[in-house]
Amino acid sequence: MNEILSATVITGMLNTMFTLATPLLFAALGETFAQKSGVVNLGVDGIMLMSAFAAFYVVLQTTNLWLGLLAAVAVGFGMGLIMSFVSVTMKAEQGVSGIGLQMFGLGMSSLLFKVMVGTVKTVSGFPRLEIPLLSRIPFFGPVFFNSNILVYIAFALVPICWWILERTTIGLMIKAVGQNPAAADSRGINVDLVRYGSVCFGAILAGVAGASISISIVNLFQDNLTAGQGFIAVALVYFGGWTPIGVMFGALLFSVANSFQLWMQVLGVNVPASIANMLPYVLTIVALTVTVYRGRAPAALNRPFLRGEN
Amino acid sequence: MKTRQFACVVVMLLVAAMTVSASGQAEPMADDEGAFRIAVVMPSATTDTAFSQSMYSALVTVQEEMGGESAIELVYSETMFVVPDAAAAVRDYATQGYDLIVAHGSQYGSFIQDMAPEFPETAFAWGTDVNTFGLDNVYAYTAAAEQGGYVNGVMAGIMSAGGQIGVTGPVEVGDARTYISGFVQGVESVNPAAQVSQTWTGSFSDVALMTAAAQTHIANGADVLTGSSQSVVGSIGAAQEAGDVLWFGTQADQTSLAPELVVASQVYDWTDMLTEMIENAKSGVYGGEAYVLTLQNGGLKIGYNDGFDIPAEAIDAAEAAIAGIIDGSIVVEP
Amino acid sequence: MKRGDNDAKEFGIRLLVPTGGVASALFISALFLILLDANPVAAYGAMLRGAVGSTFGLTQTLVKATPLLLVGLGICIAFRARCINIGGRGQMIAGALLATSFALRFGAWPRPVLIATLIIMGFVGGAVWGFLPGFLKARFAVNEILTTIMMNSIALQLMNFLLQGPLMDPAGIEAGTFLAQSARLPEAARLARLVPRTLLHSGIFVSLAMAVVVYVFLWRTTLGYRVRATGLNPHASRYSGINVSIHQALSLTLAGGLAGMAGAIEVMGVHYRLVEEFTSGYGFTGIVAALLGWLHPLGLIPASLFFGGLLIGADTMQRAVQVPSALVNAILGLVVLFVSSSAVWTQQWIRRIRARGEVSS
Repeated sequence: MNEILSATVITGMLNTMFTLATPLLFAALGETFAQKSGVVNLGVDGIMLMSAFAAFYVVLQTTNLWLGLLAAVAVGFGMGLIMSFVSVTMKAEQGVSGIGLQMFGLGMSSLLFKVMVGTVKTVSGFPRLEIPLLSRIPFFGPVFFNSNILVYIAFALVPICWWILERTTIGLMIKAVGQNPAAADSRGINVDLVRYGSVCFGAILAGVAGASISISIVNLFQDNLTAGQGFIAVALVYFGGWTPIGVMFGALLFSVANSFQLWMQVLGVNVPASIANMLPYVLTIVALTVTVYRGRAPAALNRPFLRGEN
Repeated sequence: MKTRQFACVVVMLLVAAMTVSASGQAEPMADDEGAFRIAVVMPSATTDTAFSQSMYSALVTVQEEMGGESAIELVYSETMFVVPDAAAAVRDYATQGYDLIVAHGSQYGSFIQDMAPEFPETAFAWGTDVNTFGLDNVYAYTAAAEQGGYVNGVMAGIMSAGGQIGVTGPVEVGDARTYISGFVQGVESVNPAAQVSQTWTGSFSDVALMTAAAQTHIANGADVLTGSSQSVVGSIGAAQEAGDVLWFGTQADQTSLAPELVVASQVYDWTDMLTEMIENAKSGVYGGEAYVLTLQNGGLKIGYNDGFDIPAEAIDAAEAAIAGIIDGSIVVEP
Repeated sequence: MKRGDNDAKEFGIRLLVPTGGVASALFISALFLILLDANPVAAYGAMLRGAVGSTFGLTQTLVKATPLLLVGLGICIAFRARCINIGGRGQMIAGALLATSFALRFGAWPRPVLIATLIIMGFVGGAVWGFLPGFLKARFAVNEILTTIMMNSIALQLMNFLLQGPLMDPAGIEAGTFLAQSARLPEAARLARLVPRTLLHSGIFVSLAMAVVVYVFLWRTTLGYRVRATGLNPHASRYSGINVSIHQALSLTLAGGLAGMAGAIEVMGVHYRLVEEFTSGYGFTGIVAALLGWLHPLGLIPASLFFGGLLIGADTMQRAVQVPSALVNAILGLVVLFVSSSAVWTQQWIRRIRARGEVSS
């Protein structure tokens, strides 16, 4: 157990934590926006898969990483439009339409991969970006300043998202729509438009999350690449009480638990692997249970808005 | 209301129009008189660079060797991890008169046992297992993965400079377990001081976590990695990024994934077994045998990476281990 | 007279609109088929044939519908109490684990007693897995979407653990194959097969009976009424003295129990042993079936038959025209998107008919 507290282990553990947290953080920040506006998007995983494939495919063809990221953003936006059309315009039951979107994304990304690529291929993804000087700081350098650019972007988005939600008119509108769409409507806010925007923005971030797996962590695509991380991201929104900072802590907690259990296994701590694998899930539930802070759910969460009825 | 009815009618008309136009196309001709018909049902994708791909590419090879599509018709159903779906697929193929049906998943055993007696002239092969249920139209097959694991372990033990070796995998069962068991014995036989640590991620598809696991091994000083199943691609990626880390593969030849760091792979070669099954079926024998791929019968092969400069010492030790396993002087426990 | 007319009309709309949704989804999917060089007519012909065109196909549809119905019933109870249960998968696993362990230990019990006990064990296992999220929601206000998602993974790892150790088939250990499956269940623990040479098993009767039980529970008992009341209007319910938290926890527990029962029945009727991936997505497709069945226990019966048939038919289609099986998921996803979108038309139509009915009466 002493080994676990050595500097190498802690540095390695925290570095892996940031890597693993990145896709979760992108997706969960995006989902925060969707939910703040009152839409539960359970299809995050499907969006991530579609964008992960798009990014991978574009990079495979052009070797241009930024073009790949752009493709992920575009596909994410497209999937977001589908989700918002179904759940905002068509007022579908959001839990179910999200699952539909997830099934579609899972199937479609595998299908496209099979038809357009066919076999496992790797691309060279975003390299580690050592920030000059800062990465030299003992301990903190390797932990914080030796990741790839998407990791930095993800964490930079946390204060930005907070600022958008708390300090801008757009944020106010999103929250008003999620809290009381009828009141927002009577104040002249276009409820549907705000929800479209929030869901699509969320989907774009989910797209970047997918890309952060396929062109930055694993640098390849295969069937069901996300392995359900989209659902974890949705769960983290509840963990974070609909705040970007809370979501970030959730993503970090989940990821550090994961890298901790991997280190436990590597160092031969005598715990069955499957039990170690449970750690992040158990810890997330326990942590939320024992903390007092819950955040308040947007009052109109999961409720379609029909003018004159809510 | 009116517009919606109109929309409905339009949709129906479109469907009808498409039906008419599409029915003009020719039916795909599947049934070629005289061709030997093979169907395979697999739990994962044909492109998984592991379990399913090893079988599918063997079938394709056999098809080419035996005269191409006119001699052998090959159809497949992939990602059939749901047993009732696989059962439906197998029954479907059997009813359509396929000559050899390969049910490539150990979870498929129960329904093969129930179904095979109904189709006495169809050969069923299933694996990985060794149980033919006493039926004379059922083959069982498996791979003694511990043997190749041992050989890989011998090379790894010699080539690891720091004596720290990492193993990654999804769940410690089946041939992943036996491969690793053999690997550990191989390392011990040449380098008892070496440390082999294992991580299991609990998921067959979570490549990101598998990558993190490999990174963890590397951070802990591992200079040789190995692992099993689909998620290996994540580990190979991590090894690539780190550089200076060697990889040993299993199930399929993984050299192409990272030519600069794959030393050797244990390759499952089902072709001889399949060829024998096909020949048997043509002469009226549909099963009753259990095949185990081993180094002895050539079903297991060690694929060295020609592009990699493997030290002579390691190759010699590997060849000696292979010879020892074949003549029985080395016994590897699964 | 007028009333009956409207009911018939409403029923027609409830059938017609989703059918239109399915048709539109299949229409778009036909484009994919054409792009993949497959003949859509041959493909959809095979789909229909696969689902209902033969005795075997029909039985397969019923085999699929059995767990879908049970999981869907649970989802339905949870939805009625305004809880979203995404934990069907974990609950199925928990139920199956408990039932399997029990069956392997007490295989000598008389068959009817054993089977009844195992189904109850399945319910208990799943109920425990559903109770935890329910309890955490009621006591600590922890959101059930978060807990049920996490509990899925925990159950999966628990199954991994048990199948690698205590529950691993001794025969597999002896043969050196170490497969992730339990020993085969004793004869006495297996559900009877109803049609020879098919997988159709008597679990379907359990599912159907549970549909009626859930209907009676929700609409004919005080407890069920309270569960629905909490969902319809939590504030009003609280005001009228109903303990909303407790009823939501109860609904999640029951939902888990029904899913657990589905898990046990899958093992006892289809696989005869616990195998990895036996849950095959029913946790999610059960949610879809529940919605297709208008969140009504009896509506769920045709809905799960339909969805079961769709799953079976799509697989048959994949084999018949040899398209990548990933297309099946994409098509199912489209069907779900279209059908869930069409629900708003159903409501609008029905509202209009009702309004007209009120005006004329």
